[in-house]
Amino acid sequence: MSARDRHGKEAPWGEFGVVGKPHRKIDGLAKATGAAVYADDIVLPGMLHAKTLRSPHAHARIRSIDTSAALALPGVIAVLTGPELPIKYGVIPWTPDENALAVDKVRFIGDPIAAVAALDEDTANAALKKIRVEYEPLHAYLDPRESLTRHDPKIHEDKKDGNISKHVLLEFGAVDAEIAGSDVIVEDEYSFHGTTHAPIEPHCAVATYSADGVLTVWSATQITHYVHRALASVLELPPHRIRVIQPCLGGAFGGKSDPFSLEFCVAKLAMKTGRPVKMLYTREEVFYCHRGRHPMQMRYRSGASKDGKLRGVDAKILIDGGSYSSFGLVTTYYAGQLLTGPYAFPSYRFDSTRVFTNKPPCGPKRGHGSVQPRFAFEVQLDQIAEKLALDPIEIRRTNFVGEHTTTVNGQRITSNGFLACLDQVERASAWKTRHGKLPFGRGLGVAGSMYISGTNYPVYPNKMPQAGIQLKVDRSGLVLAFTGGNDIGQGSNSVVQYIVAEELGLQLDQVRVVAADTDLCPVDLGAYSSRVTFMVGNATIDACRKLRAQIVGALAEHWKIDAKRVRLIHGEAIDLDDASHHMPVIEAFHLAEEKSDTLGSTGSYNTPELGGPYRGGTIGASPAYSFTAHVAEVSVDVETGRIRCENVWIAHDCGRALNPMLVAGQMEGSAYMGVAEALMENHDVNRFGLHSGPSLLDYRIPTSVDTPELHALIVESLDPEGPYGAKEAGEGPLHPSIPAIANAVFDAVGIRLKHLPFTPGKVLAALAERDARAKSDAVEPTLTARKR
Amino acid sequence: MLRLPRFEVATPKTVGEAIARLAEAGPSAMVIAGGTDLLPNLKHELFTPELVVSLSAIEALRGVRVEDDGTLAIGAMTTLAEVAASELVQKHAPVLAQAASLVAGPQLRTMGTLGGNVLLDTRCQWYNQTYFWREALGFCMKKDGTKCHVVEGGKKCVAAASNDSAPALMTLGSLLEFEGPSGRRTQAIDDFWLADGIYNKKVAHAELLTEIRIPPTGPGHRGAYGKLRERGSIDFPLLGVAARVDVVAERITRADVVVTALAAQPKRIARVADVLVGVAARGEELDRAIEAVAASAAKQCNPLANIPGDHEWRKAMVPVFVRRTLRAAVDGNGPVHGD
Repeated sequence: MSARDRHGKEAPWGEFGVVGKPHRKIDGLAKATGAAVYADDIVLPGMLHAKTLRSPHAHARIRSIDTSAALALPGVIAVLTGPELPIKYGVIPWTPDENALAVDKVRFIGDPIAAVAALDEDTANAALKKIRVEYEPLHAYLDPRESLTRHDPKIHEDKKDGNISKHVLLEFGAVDAEIAGSDVIVEDEYSFHGTTHAPIEPHCAVATYSADGVLTVWSATQITHYVHRALASVLELPPHRIRVIQPCLGGAFGGKSDPFSLEFCVAKLAMKTGRPVKMLYTREEVFYCHRGRHPMQMRYRSGASKDGKLRGVDAKILIDGGSYSSFGLVTTYYAGQLLTGPYAFPSYRFDSTRVFTNKPPCGPKRGHGSVQPRFAFEVQLDQIAEKLALDPIEIRRTNFVGEHTTTVNGQRITSNGFLACLDQVERASAWKTRHGKLPFGRGLGVAGSMYISGTNYPVYPNKMPQAGIQLKVDRSGLVLAFTGGNDIGQGSNSVVQYIVAEELGLQLDQVRVVAADTDLCPVDLGAYSSRVTFMVGNATIDACRKLRAQIVGALAEHWKIDAKRVRLIHGEAIDLDDASHHMPVIEAFHLAEEKSDTLGSTGSYNTPELGGPYRGGTIGASPAYSFTAHVAEVSVDVETGRIRCENVWIAHDCGRALNPMLVAGQMEGSAYMGVAEALMENHDVNRFGLHSGPSLLDYRIPTSVDTPELHALIVESLDPEGPYGAKEAGEGPLHPSIPAIANAVFDAVGIRLKHLPFTPGKVLAALAERDARAKSDAVEPTLTARKR
Repeated sequence: MLRLPRFEVATPKTVGEAIARLAEAGPSAMVIAGGTDLLPNLKHELFTPELVVSLSAIEALRGVRVEDDGTLAIGAMTTLAEVAASELVQKHAPVLAQAASLVAGPQLRTMGTLGGNVLLDTRCQWYNQTYFWREALGFCMKKDGTKCHVVEGGKKCVAAASNDSAPALMTLGSLLEFEGPSGRRTQAIDDFWLADGIYNKKVAHAELLTEIRIPPTGPGHRGAYGKLRERGSIDFPLLGVAARVDVVAERITRADVVVTALAAQPKRIARVADVLVGVAARGEELDRAIEAVAASAAKQCNPLANIPGDHEWRKAMVPVFVRRTLRAAVDGNGPVHGD
C-alpha cells in the first residue's frame, strides 16, 4: 500500500461536518416514492422479451434440441441455444465451468437450455413449450457424501478429481500435540443446511446492440466489472465495445455477484435481432440461480487448558457446492481461513472439501463461507465453557486475539474492538444478572465473530487498483463523483457523497454520484467481500485531496495567504485568519478553473501486501477486520418445540460509523438474516432433486411479526487504514446470530442444537433425548428441572 | 413474474346474471371472488378457464347482519378482514372472527372473501407449484398426472383442506346458501365435504355460494380458533383447530372440535361432547376432560406429508393445539397461534 492509500482516521480539517451523522441515503426518496429506476423499469423502443427454457432433469446428457416449432410461432424473433455461446465462464477465472445455455449436459433441475426472444412475454413462454429436447438421464447426486466417493458419472467431465470441486488442507502449528495436551477436549459434529438470499428484486437484464457494434447491458448485478469481462469473453467481443450498467438494485446479498445466464442471453439475442432485449426472471428462477449459502457438514475438535485458553482447533468440513463452481474455490478457503479471530488459536488445522451435486449452484451469501464454521465453533466454544464451568462471555475474553497482531494463519489484524463489543452486549442484555438465572424456558446466549473488509485477492490477478474514482467539478457548483462501486442498497453511493462533501466542505446536495457504469466510471471490483466502503471510501478521499489542493491553492494565491489558512466548509471558502476573505465555493471553483485547468481529479485504492506465505495465504487476508458480539434472548416452548428469539443485542466494531444510521441498518439487517437462517429458512431439494419450494410462500423468510427486537450497539475502534478509520458493517454482524441463538437455547432448556435449522421437531427430539438421559442419570426431567 | 394466462372477464351486477354467464359458458368458466387463491393457481396453470366471472360488482353478496331469530347471515363476498373486524361476528361467532383474522396476511384478508375461503382449493406440496415444476415432477393425480407423490401408489388424492374458516363454521353448525340454474338450495356445511383432494366440495357448475348462515348461538356460546403455522402471518395452516364450548350456569352444555389441514376434508373429532358436556367450566374436572379430548384427538388424527412441513410435528401438535384451543374457548382468550 502506498502512502496515498492511507489518509488517517481523524477528521481531515478540524471537526467532521458530515461523517458520523445520520444522513439520508442518496437514493432514499427515489426509492420511497417509486421514482427509482430498476432494470425491469427500463423500456426501450422495439424491445423484445426473452424467456429461458430450463432442465426438468437433475442430471442428463442432451441428445438433441429442436427449436423449429418455437421459431415458427408468430411473434417469435429469435431462439438461442448453448452451441451459439460455447465459451465457458465462471466468476473465478480458474474454474470456468458454466455455459450461458447448456451445451451438452444439464446439471440441476432449472439449468438453462435455450432462450427465446419474442414480441411479448406470453409469446416467449408459449414458444418455450414448443422446444423439443431429447435427454439421456444420468445418475443424480443429491447427497454430498456420495459425490465424495463416487466418480462415475462425473458432473463435470473435465474435472480431474471426480466430483470434487476443491480441497484445501492447511495446518498451522502442532495441532494434534496441542489438543492431546489439553485439559479439556470437545469433539462434535455440526451441520448447516442451505439458505438463499431472497432479494426483493428478481434478476433482470436488458441489452442493446448498436449499429456501430456497441453492446450495452443493464443488469441487476453487484459486479459490473466482472460481468463486463465475462461478456467480452463469452461473446467474443473486444471489451471496449461493451458497456455494462447497474441500475438501481433491489437487494442482492451476494446473490447477484456471479455473471448469470440471462446477461449473456439478452446480449446475444440483441446482437442476433438488432433489437433491445429484456429478460426478467420469475421468483422461481431466482431460486434456481441461487448461489446461496453452502450446506456444510462440520466436525470440530478443540482443546483448551483449565483456564479456558484454547490450545488447538481441528476442523474437517464437507461442503455441498451444488452443480457449478461459482466462488467455490474461495468458499473452501474461507470456511477455514476466517475462523482465526477474534480468538487466538495457538494451533489450527482445517480440511475442507467442496463437492459437486446436482442441485442449484451455491455461492456467496452475506458472510460468505464463514457463517457455517462460525456457528459450529461458537457452539463448541460454549461447550468448552460448560465443561470448565466458565462464563461464556469470560471464555471469549480469555481467548481474545488482541489488536495489531497476526493470527496463526498469517492474517494481519489491525484495530480490534471485540472486547468492547463483549462489554456492550454484556451490559445491554443484563447478562450478569440474567444468564443462567432466567426461569426455565428462557435463556441468553453469546457468540462472537470477525469478518473481512475486502481482501487483497482480486478474483483475477492484477496489480492495478482495486477501487478507482473520478471527480468532475461543474461550473454550477456541483461535484460529480464517478465510481465503479455497486450500490446494492448498502449505501455505497451515499458513502461517496458523504466523503466528497466532508473533504470539499460542500452541502450534500452539491454532490451527486454516477455509479457502476463501465463507460463512465473507473473500475471498482464490485460489491462483495464487504470491500466497498473501505476501498471506494479510501479512493474517494484520495481523489478529493488532489482536487482540494487545486482549489485551495488557487484561493491561497488569490488571497495571497498560506494554503493552510484556507478552509472549505458548508459550501463556503474562508480564510481562517481573516474574516474579510470568503466566497461561496462555486466562486472558488471558478477561480480554480481560471487559474489552473478544467477541474477534476482521480483517486484510487489498493491493498497492501497481505497474507501468509503459503498457497492460499492471500485468500481471506484483509486490510482490516470487523468484529462482532451478539447476545440473543430466546424463549422455548417445550410443548411445541418452538424457539422464539425475542431480542438480539448486536455490538459491532465497524471502525468508524460514517453514517451511524446506515451502519445500524446493516447490523439489524444482518442479525435479522441470521435469525431467519437459524429458525426458518431452508433451501433444499426433494427426493427428485426438485427445489422443495421455489416461492416466497414456501421458502419462509420471517415477517415483521416474526422478527426479534434488534438492538444495534456501534463500537468504533478507528482503524488506521480505513477511510476515517471505517471498516465493514454489512456482513460481519450476521455471523454470531445463529450460534448465539443455539447457545441461548442451551441456557433456556439445556439442549445443544448442532444441526440447522432449529426446527420445532428437532427441539422436541432433543428435549426427549435429554429427558431420557436425565432419567437414566436419575436427574429430574426437563419439565420440572432448572437447566444445568 | 409469472404471467396470468389469457381469459375473458365478466363482471355481472346480479347473482342471476352471474349464474347465466357461468351456465352458458359451461365448464370452461370459473368464478373469482377476492382472487387471492385463484390468481396464483391460474399462474401455476392449475386452471385454464376461458371465462372468469367476477362477483366483485354484486353488492347483494356483501355484508353481515343478524336476523330476528338471532341467525347471523354473512354475504359470501364479505371480505375476511370485514368478518374479522365485525362486532356482530365477534359477538355471535367468535371462533369465526378469530379464524378469519388468521387467514394469510393483512393485504390478502382485505381482498379475500369468506365465500372464497370456504370454497378454497385443497393444497399439496406436489400440486401448488408452477407448470415447469410439476412437469419436471411428472405431474400428480390432482392435475395433469396420474400418480400420488404423498402416498406412493396411493389411489386417492390426499391434498389438504386448508381453509381456516371451514372448521370454525362447522363448530357453529353453519348452513351454506347456494343459488344455481335450477334455483336455491341450503346445504349444511357438515355434509358439504368429500374425502377427495382433487375436488372436496359438493358444488355443481354455475352454482354460487351466496350466503353463510350461522344459527343463533345464545349467550353462553364460546369458541376459539387455533392455527399452527411456521410464521406469525401469511402462511396457510399446518393445522387448524376450531373449538366450541357453550357454558350455561357454569356447566358445559355443548362442545365440538373440528380440525383441518390434515386431509382432504375438515375432520370433526369424535366423542368431544360425550366427554365435555356436563362438565364444570373450571377446575380439575375441566382440566381432565380437556386432556382426555386432546388425547383422543391425537389418536384420531394422522396427518400425511401433503403440505410442506414436518408432518410428524403436525401430528405431535394435534393434542397440544386441541388442548390450548379448548382452553382458550373456555377462557374466552383465543385465538391460539404464533408461539
